[in-house]
Amino acid sequence: MARTVPTGTKLGWTIAAWVVALLIFFPILYTIVTSFKSETEAIAGFNLVPSGTLESYREVQSQYNYFKPFMNSVIIAVGSTILALLVAIPAAWSMAFSPTRRTRDILMWMLSTKMMPAVAVLVPMYLIFRDWGLLDSRIGLTVMLMLINLPIVVWMLYTYFREIPGEILEAARMDGATLWGEIVYVLTPMAVPGIASTLLLNIILAWNEAFWTIRLTTTNAAPLTAFIVSFSSPQGLFWAKLSAASTLAIAPILVLGWFSQKQLVRGLTFGAVK
Amino acid sequence: MATRQTRTLARFMMVPSVILLLVWMVVPLAMTLWFSFQNYNLLNPANVSFGGLFNYRFFYTDPAFFQSIWNTLVIVLGVLLITVIGGIALALLLDQPIFGQGIVRILVISPFFVMPPVAALVWKNMLMHPGYGVFADIARFVGLRPIDWFAQYPLFSIILIVAWQWLPFATLILLTSLQSLDGEQKEAAEMDGAGALSRFIHLTLPHMARAITVVILIQTIFLLGIYAEILVTTNGGPGYASTNLPFLIYRTALLGYDVGGASAGGIIAVVLANIVALFLMRAVGRNLDK
Amino acid sequence: MRLHTIILGLCSASAIAFGAHAESITIATVNNGDMVRMQKLTDDFTAKNPDIQLQWVTLEENVLRERVTTDIATRGGQYDVMTIGTYEVPIWAKQDWLLPLDNLGDTYDAGDIIPAIAGGLSLDGKLYAAPFYGESSFVMYRKDLMDKAGLTMPEAPTWEFIADAARKMTDRASDINGICLRGKAGWGENIAFLTAMANSFGARWFDENWQPQFDQPEWKNTLQFYIDLMKDAGPQGASSNGFNENLALFQQGKCGMWIDATVAASFVSNPTDSTVADKVGYALAPDNGLGKRGNWLWAWSLAIPAGTQKAEAARKFVAWATSKAYLELVASKEGWANVPPGTRTSLYENPEYQQAAPFARMTLDSINSADPTHPTVKPVPYVGVQFVAIPEFQGLGTTVGQLFSAALAGQSGVDDALAAAQAAAVREMTRAGYIK
Repeated sequence: MARTVPTGTKLGWTIAAWVVALLIFFPILYTIVTSFKSETEAIAGFNLVPSGTLESYREVQSQYNYFKPFMNSVIIAVGSTILALLVAIPAAWSMAFSPTRRTRDILMWMLSTKMMPAVAVLVPMYLIFRDWGLLDSRIGLTVMLMLINLPIVVWMLYTYFREIPGEILEAARMDGATLWGEIVYVLTPMAVPGIASTLLLNIILAWNEAFWTIRLTTTNAAPLTAFIVSFSSPQGLFWAKLSAASTLAIAPILVLGWFSQKQLVRGLTFGAVK
Repeated sequence: MATRQTRTLARFMMVPSVILLLVWMVVPLAMTLWFSFQNYNLLNPANVSFGGLFNYRFFYTDPAFFQSIWNTLVIVLGVLLITVIGGIALALLLDQPIFGQGIVRILVISPFFVMPPVAALVWKNMLMHPGYGVFADIARFVGLRPIDWFAQYPLFSIILIVAWQWLPFATLILLTSLQSLDGEQKEAAEMDGAGALSRFIHLTLPHMARAITVVILIQTIFLLGIYAEILVTTNGGPGYASTNLPFLIYRTALLGYDVGGASAGGIIAVVLANIVALFLMRAVGRNLDK
Repeated sequence: MRLHTIILGLCSASAIAFGAHAESITIATVNNGDMVRMQKLTDDFTAKNPDIQLQWVTLEENVLRERVTTDIATRGGQYDVMTIGTYEVPIWAKQDWLLPLDNLGDTYDAGDIIPAIAGGLSLDGKLYAAPFYGESSFVMYRKDLMDKAGLTMPEAPTWEFIADAARKMTDRASDINGICLRGKAGWGENIAFLTAMANSFGARWFDENWQPQFDQPEWKNTLQFYIDLMKDAGPQGASSNGFNENLALFQQGKCGMWIDATVAASFVSNPTDSTVADKVGYALAPDNGLGKRGNWLWAWSLAIPAGTQKAEAARKFVAWATSKAYLELVASKEGWANVPPGTRTSLYENPEYQQAAPFARMTLDSINSADPTHPTVKPVPYVGVQFVAIPEFQGLGTTVGQLFSAALAGQSGVDDALAAAQAAAVREMTRAGYIK
C-alpha cells in the first residue's frame, strides 16, 4: 500500500492489536506452556513459566505413535478439501457469474443439508458405512467430510467470486477471449485469493471435525481427533498430557496457517489492484 | 449478458454439486424419517415395532423441550452478537498498519485450530474453574470472590467458549472482504472530509454487508448443532439451564440409545432450523444478491 | 486375466514365505492409567503368542462407551475385545452379545476373582467379562486436619460423623473445604455418588413394580442432607465438579475429606502428584445404621463380542490381561503399588502388596461390602449399586443428575428437584413399558 502512516499512529495500532491478539491467543498459549509442565505443576495455579520438562511429550508418544494419526489427518483433511474444491469451483462460478432467480434458493438449500444434527443420524450412517465396508477407512471418511463441508466451500467461493467485477469479463469477451482463455487468464488470477482462503478454512474445518472422525474409525483411519480423545479425561490428572497432545495436534495446522497467511495477504492485495 | 452457450455450460457446472448434495441430503433424511416412526432402542433390537407419531409426541413433551429450544436460540444469537461485532472490530484493527502484522493475524486466527472438545476442557478447567482456574486466580489477586461460572452463568459460559472458537472465522472472512475495499474509494472519501465514523457507516459497512451475511448464515448452521462443548462442561445442567436441542438429541441418541426418539428429535431440529433459516433469509438474504 | 493370476500367485507365495500369517485383534479400551500401562506391557503377550498382533483403540470413557455400544448393537464388528463396565455386562449378556468366558485356561483360577466383582459380571452364573480392575468407593481424609478439628475418624463412620467433621474442618479463610463430593450432572458423575449414598439412607430408584421412588421421604432426606452439607462445607463450583476436579482439589490440599472411587487412593498417596500424600487416611463409606453403606462397585472388564471371527485369539488375550501372572508382571516392572487393584483375592493376601498399598485392606473391605444384586435396604427389581442395569438408565440418570445439580447450585429447591425427577422417571419408565 502506498499510503504512508506516521510511526506514532502505527505504534498505537500495533500496541492495541498485540494486546487484543495476545488475549485471544492466551488459552492456547497457556495450553502450550502447560504441555511443558509436570502434572502437579499444571494444577498448581497460574504460572507462565513451566519447568520445561518433556515428560508429557514422552508419555504421549509412548502411548500413541503420533505419526500415524497425523498422516491420516493430512490425507483426510487435504483430500476432502481438494475434492470439495473440484466440485465446488464450477458451481460457485456459475452461480456468481450467471445467476438466476433460483441461485439464492439453491445456495440456501445447500446450506440446509447441514441442518441435521450429526448425533441424530449416527446410527443410520453407521449402518451405511458398515454395509459398504467403509468403517475405519480413509476413503469413506474423506468422502464424508467432503460432503459435509461442500456447502461451506460453495458459499465461500461464491462470496469471493462475486467480488470479481463482471465488467472485466465483458471486456475480455469483447477482446475475443474464449471461455477457456477467460478462465485461465482473467478470472483465475483474481480468484486465487478467494480459493486460497477457502482452502485454508476448509482444511481447518476438516482437521477439527471431531464427531464422525472419531465415531467411524478404529485404528487404520483414526486421525488426530481420535489421538486427542485418547488423552482427554482419564481417571487422574491429565492436563499436561492433554496439553502436549493438543499442542501436537495444533502445531501442523498452525504452521500451515502461518505460511498460507502470507500467501493470503499477497493474494489479496493482488486481487484488489485492478 | 452471457450467451446461451455459456448459460447452458453454467447450468451444467452446477450439476455435480447439486447431485452430490441431493443424495447426501435425501439418504440420511429418508433413513431418519423412517426410524422416527419406529420404536427402536439400540440396546433392545429384538423389540422393534412401528410407533407412528409416538416418538415425536414423546420428544416434544420432554420437560426440557421448550427450554432447550430457547437455549438453542440464545446460544446462536449470543455467539453471533459477539463474533460479528467482535469480528468487525478485529478486522478493522488488523487492517491497520501494524508491526508484526503476520504474527498478530495468526494469533487471532489460532483459536479456530483447536478441536472443540479440547477448547471446552481447557476453558472449563484451566481458565474458568472457581478453585484452580486462571480467572479465579485473577479474581483473588484483585481481592474478589471467584465466580462459579458454570453454576451461576452456565449458558453465558458456553456462549463465551463457543464465541472464542468462532471469532477467528468471522474475523478472517470480514478481513478478506475489508481488504477488497477499493483503496481509491477510501481515499476519495477521506478527501471529501468524511470523518472516520461516517466513512465506516457509509462506505465500509455496506461493503462488508455480504461478508457479514455469510458469517451469520454459515455460523448459524454450525451453532444450531453445538453440543460437544455442553457435554464437556455442564452436561446440560444445572437443571436444564444449558440444555439445548442437540444436547437433548444427544441424550436420547447416545445415552438412551433410543434411535427412534433421536430420529424424531433430528427431524424436529431440521424443521426448526429451516424456520430459523427462512427468518434469516428474510432479514439479511438480500445482501447476497447485491 | 494373466496379471490377476500373477498377483494371486505372488500373494500366496509371500504367504508361504512368511509362514502362518499373524492374526490381528483390535482391543477397545478406556484411557485410564492401568490400561495405558497394559498397552506398554504387551511385549510379554506377543512374545508368548507370536501369531497374534494387538491393535489398540484407547478412548476416554464417554466416547469409548458410545463407540463400543454402537458397534456391538449394529454388529459393526470393529472390535475383538471390548473394555466395558459392570453396567453394560448384564444388559449385553442378556442380548447374547457377549461370549461367555467359562474357559480361560487351566491356570486362570476364576475362583480367585473377588466374589462381589464376579457377581456383577455374571448372568445366570456364567461369567461374561473378566475384570481388569475393580473399585468401590470410600472416604479419603486428611489426618492432619482431622487432628486439628479434635476428631478421630472411625473405621466405619456414620453420615452424622462425616457431616459434623466436615463442618468442623472447613476453614474458608485458608481455602479448606471440609468435604468434596461429586456435583457434575451425569449418570456416571453425581448420580453414581448420590445413588450409592441414597442406598445407605434406605432409598431406592424403583420399587418391585418399577415405580420410581423419588417422591418418598428417603430420597428427600438424602438430597437435603447432601445439599446442606455441601453448602456448609463443600467447595465453590461443586455443581460442576466430577472425579477429576475433586482429585485436583484434594491433591492441592483444599479438601478435608473426599468420598470417591477407591482407585483415587493411589493418586492421592502418590508423592509425585499429590501435595498431601503422607497425610491421607482411609475409612469405609458412611452409613446410617440401616445395614447398607454408601459405597459403590465398579469393574472395568474385558469382554469378547459374540460376532468376532477371532474368538480364540481374543480369549487368549483376555486370559493374559486378567491373570495372576499379569499382576506379577506389573509388579516386577513397575512395583506392587501400580498393580491393577480390586479383582483377585490373592492379591490382597499378598504381604508385598499390603506393604506397598496402605489402602489395600480398606479397598477390599469396601468392595466386599457392596452387593450389586441386593443393593438397597428395601427390595428392588434391578441389579447395580450406583446404577440400575437397564438400557434406559444412562439417559434417565443424566436427566435426574441435571435436576440434582440444579438443586446443588441453588437454582431450585430440593422438593422441586425431586418432583421433577419423579415426573421424568415415570415418563421414561412408562414409555419403555416397565410401568403398565
